[in-house]
Amino acid sequence: MRSGAAWWFVTPALLVIAVFFFLPVLAALALSLTDFDIYALADRGNLRIVGLRNYAQLLHTPLFWQAFGNTLYFVVVGVPLSIAVSFGTALLLHSRLVKFPSVFRTALFAPVVTTLVAVAVIWRYLFHPHYGWLNYALGRLGLPAIDWLGDPRWAMPAIIVFAVWKNFGYNMIILLAGLQSIPDQLYEAARIDGASMGRQFRYVTLPLLAPIVTMVSILTIAGYFQLFAEPYVMTQGGPLQSTVSVLYFMYEEGFKWWNLGSASAVAFVLFLFIFGVTALQLWLARWQSAA
Amino acid sequence: MTRPVAGVLVNALLLGGATMTVWPLLWMVSVSLMSPGEASTFPPPLLPVRPTVANYRELFAHAGMGRYLLNSTVLTITVTVVSVSLNVAAGYAFAKLRFAARDRIFKVLLGALVIPAQVAMVPLFLMLKHLGLVNTYGGVIVPAMASIFGIFLVRQYALSVPDDLLEAARLDGANELRIFRSVIVPVLRPIVVTLALFTSLGTWNDFMWPLIVLSDSERYTLPVALASLSREHVQDNELMMAGAVLTTLPVLLVFLALQRYYVQGITMGSVRG
Repeated sequence: MRSGAAWWFVTPALLVIAVFFFLPVLAALALSLTDFDIYALADRGNLRIVGLRNYAQLLHTPLFWQAFGNTLYFVVVGVPLSIAVSFGTALLLHSRLVKFPSVFRTALFAPVVTTLVAVAVIWRYLFHPHYGWLNYALGRLGLPAIDWLGDPRWAMPAIIVFAVWKNFGYNMIILLAGLQSIPDQLYEAARIDGASMGRQFRYVTLPLLAPIVTMVSILTIAGYFQLFAEPYVMTQGGPLQSTVSVLYFMYEEGFKWWNLGSASAVAFVLFLFIFGVTALQLWLARWQSAA
Repeated sequence: MTRPVAGVLVNALLLGGATMTVWPLLWMVSVSLMSPGEASTFPPPLLPVRPTVANYRELFAHAGMGRYLLNSTVLTITVTVVSVSLNVAAGYAFAKLRFAARDRIFKVLLGALVIPAQVAMVPLFLMLKHLGLVNTYGGVIVPAMASIFGIFLVRQYALSVPDDLLEAARLDGANELRIFRSVIVPVLRPIVVTLALFTSLGTWNDFMWPLIVLSDSERYTLPVALASLSREHVQDNELMMAGAVLTTLPVLLVFLALQRYYVQGITMGSVRG
């Protein structure tokens, strides 16, 4: 076959990706080594190369550290919670006792396809300290009301609750497909050997699902590090900057203050961090399956 | 645990979960039909006393909602048509055609999936500004014209197309473009629907990039407009709920109609990969 024809098929897509993704990523690295700001935006003559100064400056910016800490908080609490809910609902849906599996699956999955900004507006109202359903429910349980989005201690937990609601359905579908791919004979064999439900789960389900769980957690962690729209709509980073995420910080640094050099450095730090965490997880998974 | 008890428990838990996921969406519709201020009472009302479409009328008359709806629709359709075409062609070629460095290029693309899109955003903004595309539809469309994930998804599916099918068509003297159009595309139809669904929902829902590249409210997409409105109208809950309905109901309906394809795409893109 002539390879000439093949190029007609791949070139348009590759060109778009090269020009509008690979090139900007490389440019971001270069830009992060400059002091590109609003003056350089007006006149490129004001642009200077400053080496790693943007990175050094970030390390001395308290808000950057806070944004980093807030994002870590969101990832460290949000990801396990999110995957636990996905796993729990996937197991329930997999049960043979479910009456209407496809109805439940659709209902549980629905938040995933909704528009983040729109449902964030709904949840901002559900979290309302006076009129919100959450505090109404707490009141019915005899618990004190919480100023969810107005209290620096509660704003991030509130965003985590919202994010879990919005996202768990995606991993639920993946884990459910994983559960369905485990052959019945394995469970049957375990039953014949007298294994209880708990032991079947421990020695059949978990080991066979381990690669999928690893993949799901890698993707979810990378996704949760990219927290942005939730705080933008629900809290605008507040109160007391308790919900400023790394990307929210980058957005303000770049597109509010027009410190584009520094914003590129923020983006790269985030990328390197996600990359490091992903590599670590892959290494752990390999190490575990080898052991 | 006996079987009937377990059955009740499993179904009750699922019902509880499903209520929690669907209920905020139903309540959004309900509040959107309330008159101004009605939802700001305690306990929160479930249903409007006298349902009204006044909020919707207000959004179209004074908040430019018709314009945003149009912007989102035009952008979503354009991006979907262009990017699905380019991704399907490329994904098919990576699976079934031979060309120099094919596997090496594909590995580079796969590796690049770990780079978050936001890394590219600052330079992309400057580049599009240079091209005069900032604050235009083009600024949203151009960077979205192809995606690594889309190519990957199509390739996965196209790998299962038997080579005999291609060989037979080639022996009949059909050229590559003709083979693609009349043999390959029909076979790939399920994945084309899946990819179109992913792309259109993703474009409609996208927030950060349109927020950055569109500065003039005339060109806002629905999510960008809704975020901006909700910052202005913090107290107008009923109005904001109507805005949320207009923003998210279209995608929910499309999803409900085509969910089989959507779910298939998720499991294909992940489990097999």
